[in-house]
Amino acid sequence: MLIGSSGDAETSAVQAAADAWGAETGNTVEVIAASDLNQQLGQGFSGNNPPDLFYMGWDQFQTYASNGYLEPYADSLSNADQFYPALKDAFTYDGKFYCAPKDFSTLGLIINTDMWAAAGLTDADIPTDWDGLTAAATKLTTADTVGLSFGQEYARIGVFMNQAGGKLVDGDSITASSQGNVDGLKYVQSLISAGVLKFPPQLEAGWGGEAFGLGKAAMVIEGPWINGALKNDYPDVKYVAAELPAGPGGSSTFTFSNCWGIPVGSPTLDVTKSLVEYLTTDEQQLAFSEAFGVIPSTESGAAAYAEKFPENASFVAGNDYAVSPVAFAGASAVLGDFNASLEGLATADAATLLDALQGNLEAAYTKANG
Amino acid sequence: MATMARSRRGGIRRGETRYGWLFTAPSIVIIGVFLILPIALAAWVSVSNWNGLGSPLGGRAQFIGAENYASVLTDPGLAQKDFGTSIRNNLYYVLLVVPLQTALALFLAVQMNRAILRGRGFFRTAFYFPSVTSSIAITTVFIFLFTASGTINSILAWLGINGPNWFADPSGVIHNLLAGVGVTSPPPVLDVIGPLGITWWEWLSGPSVAMCALITLAVFTTSGTFMLLFLAALQNIGAEIDEAALMDGAGAFRKFFSVTLPMLKPTLFTVLTLGLIGTWQVFDQIYLTGGGAPGKTLLTPAYLAYQTSFKDLQWGQGAAIAFILFAIIVALTLLQRWILRDRDAKVRTPKPARAARVTAAVSEGDVR
Repeated sequence: MLIGSSGDAETSAVQAAADAWGAETGNTVEVIAASDLNQQLGQGFSGNNPPDLFYMGWDQFQTYASNGYLEPYADSLSNADQFYPALKDAFTYDGKFYCAPKDFSTLGLIINTDMWAAAGLTDADIPTDWDGLTAAATKLTTADTVGLSFGQEYARIGVFMNQAGGKLVDGDSITASSQGNVDGLKYVQSLISAGVLKFPPQLEAGWGGEAFGLGKAAMVIEGPWINGALKNDYPDVKYVAAELPAGPGGSSTFTFSNCWGIPVGSPTLDVTKSLVEYLTTDEQQLAFSEAFGVIPSTESGAAAYAEKFPENASFVAGNDYAVSPVAFAGASAVLGDFNASLEGLATADAATLLDALQGNLEAAYTKANG
Repeated sequence: MATMARSRRGGIRRGETRYGWLFTAPSIVIIGVFLILPIALAAWVSVSNWNGLGSPLGGRAQFIGAENYASVLTDPGLAQKDFGTSIRNNLYYVLLVVPLQTALALFLAVQMNRAILRGRGFFRTAFYFPSVTSSIAITTVFIFLFTASGTINSILAWLGINGPNWFADPSGVIHNLLAGVGVTSPPPVLDVIGPLGITWWEWLSGPSVAMCALITLAVFTTSGTFMLLFLAALQNIGAEIDEAALMDGAGAFRKFFSVTLPMLKPTLFTVLTLGLIGTWQVFDQIYLTGGGAPGKTLLTPAYLAYQTSFKDLQWGQGAAIAFILFAIIVALTLLQRWILRDRDAKVRTPKPARAARVTAAVSEGDVR
């Protein structure tokens, strides 16, 4: 089993779970934490020796599935219908549900409560729409602190495009240059020009969580993984997580997920499937939640999680309207290019950026489906 | 020695061919298995549609001709644009790093070679030190040095300069200079698509500010190695040549440019060739600074080949990029060899000329 581990806590928790299953069924599982998951998977597949079970990220899934790397096993799992539909969609290619979602994370608005109180804001001010967000960010911006920060990439800025009613792919057509997407980008630009939004590199931070922990940003848009990072590196920062404010087009957030990938034609398919069933039971997923903070991928598991960790309930609530970022085969290179162009967002023309994205995405979509 | 060899020739030379093959067999096998075969396989992958599943020699991979090459070279699209961008970035990197590191290495070597310098061993070690340190470690240190409030910017602040946010600044240096004189958008004549799908205006952006930090890094780390090469060559130049130049009335500059430098030509060729190869293959620094960020201005062909293969699973296209890079390196090395050829070999003493040819042959071996 090859996993892309977030750290020792995750590796040992997965190993413990695999050992427990092994003791029950008489198998042995070797858990290897990859240092570069994509590269090691590529090597395994090209050498005809892929791992029996591995983490498969949402962003790479479609590419792997369309190249025929994966075994579409998930429909035959006994708990196949317990997963969130949005997660099943993310791991469905060509109408087949390929692999069981391992867990998920959604984006939320993380607020520094001390700064919030110092700016004279109360719980009633927690933003529920764009105007509220602008107002709060403006109040929170001081000489040392910027009101809002998040990564300068599609995986963050894209939620604003969706909240404005935009979509990159609508059914079978590419709609990247639609008015909703333009409005979303323009809103982000308005935050930048008002000086209440700065991106992590401008704050000398590697990512939003670091900027938040350093106290350079009062609000960030991140997922539940920020809990672990703050606990380890900045234990003194007090914060709450809220749902993202809704835009003119309604509520929207992104959900990110991994699944348990099994290589096509795996000789150990039946055994591995029973291991996946074991790993995706509610009890086991909750054990993982406790160990390294992920949210269970089944609806009942996530509900139990929200009860057990009420401070993270907003992340679970967000999954009701969350979408998975666009990730069809070939899209990752296009979105990488879009991310690069977003670095010039402050001065660029939103429509021009999206027109370039539209063209590239159309070409990639045609290639992926033709 | 010579007479002994001649007297024994009859008996012992009979099996020479056989023993020759026997003794070279280990290297032939190793080179064949680890060098020739992988290159041949990569060449096959670059003209196939292999998707990374199973062996590329199996039934799945089919021959698709030059399609992979076309998609990065001639077909308009993202792949071509990315390749063009990476070539532009690397071109500026090479154009700046190679001359700078060669000049710095030569300068250091000449200083090291001066009889009056005390503590020579210390300086030699100090300058060579960056070369023996892992490039990953040095890059990490540089990332910290070049943060917005890092050491470099603190020093610049003392001088009253407001330093840029180095590794997060995608703006091109030439673009910035033009912006300084009021040119912020491309003039119409440059706003047309140039080679490899990117506009002439983008071609002329110059290295990005982030790339300048990497250029500094490369010059800093590699000039130590080349200093040693120059130093060894300088120590081969006898004191009598210096004296002769002095007797002929040559001053320090005249002596350096008319006597020392020509005698260093073989070494200069080696240094330039190695520098050229090394700079076109830059990868580790890119991997560590975020795979081309900021704004793809650090993307290089070597990294693009890796990304195309392992992330997008387009192994054929990745291999094609690698082969194009190979062709670029070979072409530039040949060009450089032609420029540095001995135009007046007959006039000068034959010795350095012969040495030049030997070094050239050796360097060429390195390319392959």
